[in-house]
Amino acid sequence: MPDTVLDRGLSVCPSPIGTRERIVLGHGSGGRLSANLVHDLFLPLFSNPVLDRLDDQAILEIDGARLAFTTDSFVVRPLFFPGGDIGSLAVHGTINDLAMGGATPLYLSAGFIVEEGFPIESLRRIAASMGGAAAAAGVAIVTGDTKVVERGKGDGVFINTSGIGRVPSGIDLSSNRARPRDIVILSGTVGDHGMAIMSSREGLEFESTIVSDSASLHQLVAEMLGVSRGIRCLRDPTRGGLSGTLNEIAAQSQVSIEVEESRIPIREEVRAACELLGLDPLYVANEGKLVAIVAPEDADLLLAAMRRHPLGECAAIIGEVGKKYAGLVSVRTAFGSSRILDLLPGEQLPRIC
Amino acid sequence: MKYCDEYRDPQIAQAIAGRIANATTRPWVLMEVCGGQTHTLMRYGIGDLLPDSIELVHGPGCPVCVTPLELIDQAIRLAAIPGVTLASFGDMLRVPGSSTDLFDVRAGGADVRVVYSPLDALKIARDNPERQVVFFAVGFETTAPANAMAVWQAHHEGIANFSMLVSHVLVPPAMRLILQSPSNRVQGFIGPGHVCSIMGFGEYHDIAREFGVPIVIGGFEPLDLLEAISMLVAQLEEGRAEVENQYSRSVEYDGNLPAQNMMRTVFSVVNRKWRGIGEIEESGLVLRDEYAAYDAQRRFGLESLEVREPAECISALVLQGQKKPVDCAAFGKRCTPMTPLGAPMVSTEGACAAWYQYKRHDLQHA
Repeated sequence: MPDTVLDRGLSVCPSPIGTRERIVLGHGSGGRLSANLVHDLFLPLFSNPVLDRLDDQAILEIDGARLAFTTDSFVVRPLFFPGGDIGSLAVHGTINDLAMGGATPLYLSAGFIVEEGFPIESLRRIAASMGGAAAAAGVAIVTGDTKVVERGKGDGVFINTSGIGRVPSGIDLSSNRARPRDIVILSGTVGDHGMAIMSSREGLEFESTIVSDSASLHQLVAEMLGVSRGIRCLRDPTRGGLSGTLNEIAAQSQVSIEVEESRIPIREEVRAACELLGLDPLYVANEGKLVAIVAPEDADLLLAAMRRHPLGECAAIIGEVGKKYAGLVSVRTAFGSSRILDLLPGEQLPRIC
Repeated sequence: MKYCDEYRDPQIAQAIAGRIANATTRPWVLMEVCGGQTHTLMRYGIGDLLPDSIELVHGPGCPVCVTPLELIDQAIRLAAIPGVTLASFGDMLRVPGSSTDLFDVRAGGADVRVVYSPLDALKIARDNPERQVVFFAVGFETTAPANAMAVWQAHHEGIANFSMLVSHVLVPPAMRLILQSPSNRVQGFIGPGHVCSIMGFGEYHDIAREFGVPIVIGGFEPLDLLEAISMLVAQLEEGRAEVENQYSRSVEYDGNLPAQNMMRTVFSVVNRKWRGIGEIEESGLVLRDEYAAYDAQRRFGLESLEVREPAECISALVLQGQKKPVDCAAFGKRCTPMTPLGAPMVSTEGACAAWYQYKRHDLQHA
């Protein structure tokens, strides 16, 4: 017998790596590393009551008007993918961040960081797509900026959009408002955007192409607000997926959330692609879905309203808010057992939005 | 989803679980060998369906977990050499070396890439003749043939800028080590389905006979595992110690002969160190002399590193099924997937990481 650790009566383990000294891709993944960056680095330096709510948008009171203000940057690769491109995504993403505050989106900015050598024709296609998406959503792109970086210092084109919207009076949606017994509604299938990107990047081919769900959700939100004031919180599960969003809500409201795995709608081709690549669809990004935490008495009314809208036709009640373990999200499996749905420690999919 | 949902049916699962409960008259300790099996057991909460008298313990079969720290440090060193591209499977990048990990080296400017196949790494070498491309080859018998194929192809195509950092390990020697230990508790094994798809299961008969332990080669879906447990319980209750094949849709007695030939052509068997366990005789693979030119350790003159690992975690005992992750004082406190202290916490297939990810609420509030 060789000399094993057991024979020597020792056990072995490596020393831990402490706080990272530089940024890794996982810091942009929407998982635990991203959360740490926000909480440990940015928040202490920027802290103020508006920011500290940590919602997808800031809600500002200016001379009696309530405005929603948000910003988002887009670094997706490939730039063009089934169901959209970086241009339409940049419009939808920022509109959705406004809509999740219950706001009517009004104006957008567009900032471009373009790499030297990037084809003008591609930039024209992207801009046309942005213009089209904005017009379809009824918002105007009213200011912008362009910077060019040396070849090799960018990746084609990066886009930042900021947006302003008006919040109707009486609307107060926030991730810290979830209460025990509230109902969790999901507006449709999860994982479509992330897997559309992954399968075009990895060259995966299925019987049917996976198409991104990139879409503006403000009209769906308007329908929902039209039928009920029992909505506590709306979030769009982008980076970090459904899991990331539910974890943020659970943490900020200091509640637990339990979802029923069999009730979460997932397309067959998305499930298959996730199986192949070893990914969990609950962690994969979406760009045209929302999670609503609603008062139990209004859940059926809201579900029916959502299903009447094309972007909510697959909406489903997927779970309930509880109080047993504050900050914890769990999944009840089809087998009747329960498991934790945690934040990802690092990246699952790099650069997907 | 075809070929998956059939093996995830909750009603059939309940039926098999009922059968297991009826058949069980005494306590039994069963070990699943593979990390993939551990992950399924935890993800679906299979343990919750079983009678209390059946204890599942997790085996050493997570290749990422048992890759020695020295090898990870060597990979990190290689990646930092200008002109080198280091490629590996995604999970390997997260594994901490003694002072840093491959993600961090990448953030510092190194070219580190995630690939889904060693042949993708070979393609990178073919497309970038000015770079030295190193594939970090980890895994059990399952991944060995494809890795062997990449070296074989490089040799036959004359791709001189490709090499491999090999850390391959073999399952049967690890099972023997577990069974030889005086403190062994394992009474039956769920055998490694994918390893056996390649190797067949002839070599497991000797283990079953020698140690009087039943082995059921099992698959990776919930119903596969429940059925394998049911078959093991039946053997144990009847006093049998045989090798049976639950995963017959994938595993044949002789395995995949062309794949075995490719492995034997390129690799030979050596003693190898397992992280958390130590050196196990004839438990690893190394490139044969004919292919030694593709050995990254030789090409880059990497001297063998001696890394001292401080003694806090109990991974050696966890990997051999003698302790559960929750028996460790550091579990979930000083040791989490963000700050892994030991091998089984570093990969999602590791026993500690699977417990942490899926089950820690049971512990906090037990």
